[in-house]
Amino acid sequence: MSTEVQTPQKPPVEPAVLSAQTLARFDREVAKYPADQKQSAVMACLSIVQQEQGYVSRAAELTIAAHLQMPVMAVHEVTTFYNMYNQRPVGKYKLNVCTNLPCQLRGGNEALAHLAAKLGITAGATTPDGLFTLQQCECLGACADAPVMLVNDRNMCSFMSHDKLDQLVDGLTAAEQSGKAGA
Amino acid sequence: MNAQQVIGQFAATGVQTCFHDRHINPQIYAGLNGGNWSLKEYEARGGYSALRKILGQDGGPGLTQDEVIATVKESALRGRGGAGFPTGLKWSFMPRQFPGQKYLVCNSDEGEPGTCKDRDILMFNPHIVIEGMAIAAYAMGIAVGYNYIHGEIFEVYERFEAALEEARAAGYLGNQIMGSGFSFQLHAFHGFGAYICGEETALLESLEGKKGQPRFKPPFPASFGLYGKPTTINNTETFAAVPWIIRNGGQAYLECGKPNNGGTKIFSVSGDVERPGNYEIPLGTPFSKLLELAGGVRGGKALKAVIPGGSSSPVLPASVIMECTMDYDSIAKAGSMLGSGAVIVMDETRDMVTSLKRLSYFYMHESCGQCTPCREGTGWLWRVVERIDNGQGRPDDMKLLDNVAENIMGRTICALGDAAAMPVRGMIKHYRHEFEAKIAAANPSAAAISAQA
Repeated sequence: MSTEVQTPQKPPVEPAVLSAQTLARFDREVAKYPADQKQSAVMACLSIVQQEQGYVSRAAELTIAAHLQMPVMAVHEVTTFYNMYNQRPVGKYKLNVCTNLPCQLRGGNEALAHLAAKLGITAGATTPDGLFTLQQCECLGACADAPVMLVNDRNMCSFMSHDKLDQLVDGLTAAEQSGKAGA
Repeated sequence: MNAQQVIGQFAATGVQTCFHDRHINPQIYAGLNGGNWSLKEYEARGGYSALRKILGQDGGPGLTQDEVIATVKESALRGRGGAGFPTGLKWSFMPRQFPGQKYLVCNSDEGEPGTCKDRDILMFNPHIVIEGMAIAAYAMGIAVGYNYIHGEIFEVYERFEAALEEARAAGYLGNQIMGSGFSFQLHAFHGFGAYICGEETALLESLEGKKGQPRFKPPFPASFGLYGKPTTINNTETFAAVPWIIRNGGQAYLECGKPNNGGTKIFSVSGDVERPGNYEIPLGTPFSKLLELAGGVRGGKALKAVIPGGSSSPVLPASVIMECTMDYDSIAKAGSMLGSGAVIVMDETRDMVTSLKRLSYFYMHESCGQCTPCREGTGWLWRVVERIDNGQGRPDDMKLLDNVAENIMGRTICALGDAAAMPVRGMIKHYRHEFEAKIAAANPSAAAISAQA
C-alpha cells in the first residue's frame, strides 16, 4: 500500500506591485516591437526588475506576464534559460569572473581564487554580511582584457590584477560603510 | 568614492585593445580615440556619406537596390561572424518583392570565446554599424531592424542606444530618410547570458522573447525569420564594412584583401601574447605578421599552438599556423577555420588536456539541451577529458572521445554540437601524445603490458 506524500501547500503568490517608473521603463522597451509582439520585451523587463530588486521573484514574473500578455510559464522559461538572471536573492554586489580558456591563459582562475580567499567564500557563495556574491562565469566577450569580470550584470571590469581586485572589494566595502555612516 | 565610482575605475578604455597604431590600413577602426564616437565626429570622418550616396543626396544619381547588392558582391565581403558566407549573395536571397514586413537583424551577440571585436566597434564607432544597416535595409527593401547585443556588455548596449537617438534626430533613421522614399526604423535589443543566441535562429527565438533554442533549417530566415517574416541576419563587423565598400567601390575593397577574401578583418588576439587586443589587418596577411603586431609570444617563450578562429575552430600547431596567411581559404586549407577571427595563442608551457577541459566544460554549460547528441554528448566529452586531466583516464578513453565526438557531429539541429566536437578532434589530431601520456601515467600496469606486446 502506498502512502501519499503530503507536500506542504505553498501560499499563492500575488503579482508584485511595480512602480509607475518601472512600468514606464517596461513600456519604452515594448514600444520597440510590433503591437502584437510585446513578448519580445520580456528579457529587457526581467533585467530591469533584476536591476531594481536584485533578483527575479515569482511575483515579478507574474506582473511581467500580465503586462506583456504572455503565460507566466513562458516568462519563467526565459528566467531559467539565460545565465544572468538571478532566480533567488544574491549579494548586493554580484561578482562574475570569467575563467574560459582565453582568460584561463591570463590569470582568470587566479583572479577567482584571489577573490574567494579575500572574501572567505567559495565560488557560488555569498558573504555572511550579504555584500558580495562570487561566481565563475562563461565568456564575457572581452577576452583581450583578461582577466575580466562583471559586477552586477552591467559593469565590465578589465585587466583585473590582484591589486585591482583588492581595490575593488576594499572600495566597495568602504563605500558601503560610509553610506551607512551617512544614513 | 561611491560604489559606482569604485567600479568605474576598472572600465575598459580601449587604449590597449583598439586605439593603437598596430592596425594595417584599418577601415572600421580608423581614426578612433574613444572620445569621437558621436554622430558629428563620425560625419567628420566621412560617415553617412555612403548612405547619402545611395539615396542620391550628394548630387549624384543614387544607387538602385540592385546596384548596391552588385557592389557588395563585387567586394567579396564574407560574413564576419564565423561562417564566412558571401554577404552580397545572402542579400540577394531576400525576397524583396514579398509583401508585408521584412526584418534586418544585426548579430552582436559576441560570445565565442576569444572574440571581442564587435564590442570595440559598437562602443567606439557605433554609427558605422547604423549606416551599414541602413544601406543593407535599403538594398533589401526592409523597413525595420534590430541589433541583438551580447547581454554581458551592457555599457555597449547603452552606447548603441545613444547613437540611435542621435541618428534619429539627424534624420538618418526614421520615416522618409533625407526626404527619400526610404524609411528604416532601428532598435537595440540585449541578451542576458546565453552563448547559443549567437546562432542565428536561436537569436531570432530570443528576440521573440523565448528561450534561445535553435530552429530547424530549412526554412531559412530569408523566408521564415523574425515573427515568421523574411529576415536577413549579418554580423556587426559585416555591416560595419559596408559604408567603406559603397564609398570606394567593390573592386577597391576586394583589392584590400586577396581574391575571394575581400577587405580588412579584425582579429581578436588573446592568450599568451605581449599585447592582447584587436588588430584590423587586410585578409591574407601572414599569421607571423599578426603575431608580431601583438608583440609576439609573451615572455619570449616559444609558440606552441593557436586556435585561429574562436574556441570552436580546431587548434593548429605552431609549425602549421606560422605558414598560414590570415584569410578564410588559407586557414581552411590548414584544417581549421577563420571563424570569427578570434586568435587564441598558447605558448610552449601550455597543457592541451587542461585547455581542452575548459572548452569542453563551456560547451556542456551552453548546450541548450534541445538535441540529445549535444545535450548528453557535451557532458560526456567533458567528463572524459576531466578524468584524463585529473589522472584518472582509462585505457579506452581516446577511442571513447573519438566515438562521442563523431556521434555528435552532424546530428544536431544547430552547429553547437559540431562546435563542441571540433576542438576535441583537433586536439586529439595534433596532441594525442599528451592525452595518452596522462592516461598511461594513470594506468601503469596497462602501459607495461602494451609496452611488452
